[in-house]
Amino acid sequence: MKTIKAIIASLALFAMFAGTSLQAKVEIQWWHAFGGRLGELLDEQVNKFNASQNKYTVVHTRKGNYSETLNAGIAAFRAGQHPNLLMVFEVGTASLMAAEGAYVPMYQLMKDAGQSFNPKGFVSAVSGYYTTTDGKMLSMPYNSSTPVLWVNKDLMKKAGLDPEMDLSTWKRVGNALDAAKAKGIDMPFCTCWHSWVHLENFSAYHNIPFATKANGFAGLDTELAFNSPVHIKHIQTLGKWAQEGKFKYMGRRNEAGKNFRAGECMLMTESSAGYAGIKKEAKFEFGIRHLPYYGATEAPQNTIIGGSSLWALSGKSKEENKATAAFLAFLSKTDIQAKWHQDTGYLGVTTAAAKKTKSSGFYKANPGTDLAGIQMMRNKVTQNSKGLRLGSFDQIRGIIDEEMEGVYSGKKTAQVALDSAVRRGNVLLRRFERANK
Amino acid sequence: MEKRVFFKGWWLPALLVAPQLLISFVFFFYPSGQAIWNSLFLPDPFGLKTEFVGLDNFRFLLSDPYYLASFKTTVIFSTAVSVSSMALGLYLAALADRLIKGAGVYQTLLIWPYAIAPAIAGVLWLFMFNGNIGLASYYLKALGYEWNHTLKGDQAMFLVILASSWGRISYNFLFFLAGLQAIPKSIIEAAAIDGASFWKRFGTIVIPLLSPITFFLLVVNIVYAFFDTFGVIHTITSGGPEQSTTILVYKVFSDGFVSQDLGSSAAQSVILLVLVGILTVIQFKYIERKVHY
Repeated sequence: MKTIKAIIASLALFAMFAGTSLQAKVEIQWWHAFGGRLGELLDEQVNKFNASQNKYTVVHTRKGNYSETLNAGIAAFRAGQHPNLLMVFEVGTASLMAAEGAYVPMYQLMKDAGQSFNPKGFVSAVSGYYTTTDGKMLSMPYNSSTPVLWVNKDLMKKAGLDPEMDLSTWKRVGNALDAAKAKGIDMPFCTCWHSWVHLENFSAYHNIPFATKANGFAGLDTELAFNSPVHIKHIQTLGKWAQEGKFKYMGRRNEAGKNFRAGECMLMTESSAGYAGIKKEAKFEFGIRHLPYYGATEAPQNTIIGGSSLWALSGKSKEENKATAAFLAFLSKTDIQAKWHQDTGYLGVTTAAAKKTKSSGFYKANPGTDLAGIQMMRNKVTQNSKGLRLGSFDQIRGIIDEEMEGVYSGKKTAQVALDSAVRRGNVLLRRFERANK
Repeated sequence: MEKRVFFKGWWLPALLVAPQLLISFVFFFYPSGQAIWNSLFLPDPFGLKTEFVGLDNFRFLLSDPYYLASFKTTVIFSTAVSVSSMALGLYLAALADRLIKGAGVYQTLLIWPYAIAPAIAGVLWLFMFNGNIGLASYYLKALGYEWNHTLKGDQAMFLVILASSWGRISYNFLFFLAGLQAIPKSIIEAAAIDGASFWKRFGTIVIPLLSPITFFLLVVNIVYAFFDTFGVIHTITSGGPEQSTTILVYKVFSDGFVSQDLGSSAAQSVILLVLVGILTVIQFKYIERKVHY
């Protein structure tokens, strides 16, 4: 009996102390979408922050993939159980921007908390995505990448090709695929995120609109425009390659990455952030190239970003918002950003981080890792290459995915599929416009 | 000969019915009412503002060819799942019923898959048919058959039907076996003495005597195929490719919780509610008449 009493007493005592020590620290929640290697790196950042000071604790939770995380955040917001920080991928940006009152804008959050914050420190091609037309930054860019062409050099040799050959245009890529197919290579070409790479970035890269009204930046009354002859030509080419067995479709997200890392796929279009996984797993020599383009247009414009930004959701106490601001300020530090950039292949989102990485000699030691940055920032951004700001865009991507699957399986021509995607997508844009008036 | 009991006063019958009424209200009338109410509005995802739109959500739905196509998908899917799982369940039950030795072992093993949750079953089948690592797809490829259910609608449909029927076979097996064992042996033996073959006995005695159970299973299986196969579809295909495996209830989910279009989702729930209501009336009015109790 005595021992039990002692245990209870000590537990109570422990609870009291544990309680007070927890109370002293302000705890904030961060919901994100990163697992695997990226999840480990994210965890490392959070631990570093928690250890760096004793006022705040950040607790991070993975809520599934990007879409699932966004949906979990929205559902939680409706129920009043939302986290302080929510990771929202670029596709969901317009949905959040339109939901005024659901978030505390980044500039406001930093000002209220008295954190020094310089929006100019961010690379404009990235921060522009999350900034209003009157120059107010609403969320904090976390991870940003852009699509590049990944090359399995061993398979290139097997196909009798020079692994360093020019692959800058789709025509040249097509020739390489022909050669590979003739040599019996099972998967000459594969792609991840096909709408993002082959329509969204394709449009920016060729300086043609993906949607009217500056891709949605200039108003909610935007309409999709990705059924132009250039778009159709490209998607039709992909469809033809699929029919001929040169392009294998593995899924809507980054499923094809598995095939590339396993050494099955010769050329793959995927985010520059595929780097973390490929570097870790690939047992072959790989190369990174710029995204190919159609030689018919002039030199390519720039590509746009994919990835996520962190939104501070509203309805939290002042103390918690201070903690959130402190964490965001920590994340934008140069050494944190530079490490993230070098570990993951995501772009260095602050200019200082990019400079630091360059001066450290990282790009020389890891050839190709600077291509994504160059590709994004090589030209002055145009209306067509600033990014996309479209409501219900996650759904619209779903529609594009469906229609493009129709092309790959040979059921539809590119013209029919893209026309249909534009028509169906416009219905959703109008619905979004109506709901957010 | 119906027995009727009359109560004096009203409070005792009211008290006796109250729990059932309460449950119906909490779990049926209240949510249905909410669905009907919500179907008339167009809210934004965060629930910050909402607009009354009347019947616009229904108009929006019924002009969407993919929504109309999902009716067809649902019919194909539920028919295939119900028929295949019931036919196989009955076949296995008939075999197990004739077993003399080790019947218990067979029965237990056959019932096993029923214990597996639909989402888990979906993942199991997905692993087997995965284009990268699946055993089944690997062997199919060796046989010269290209398996890629992420791209081919009919393959995706086949896979979700397979995964949904699998656990269901056990359930149907269980009920059919019980039904078979309840048929008096004397009737069957009498028919056998009269020279009726196995198939003759099966067709003219067993099937009619099983009809109450068959009817029950038909209702339960269709309800299952309509509503409970959600986990399987979500894990295997997420309704793709090109919505070829998007059944009505999956669309309610994906429009509501993936696309955050709660107005349209509510309108779909209302349509589904009406549809299931009609289906139940048809089943009990027309099919049940053919059932011998």
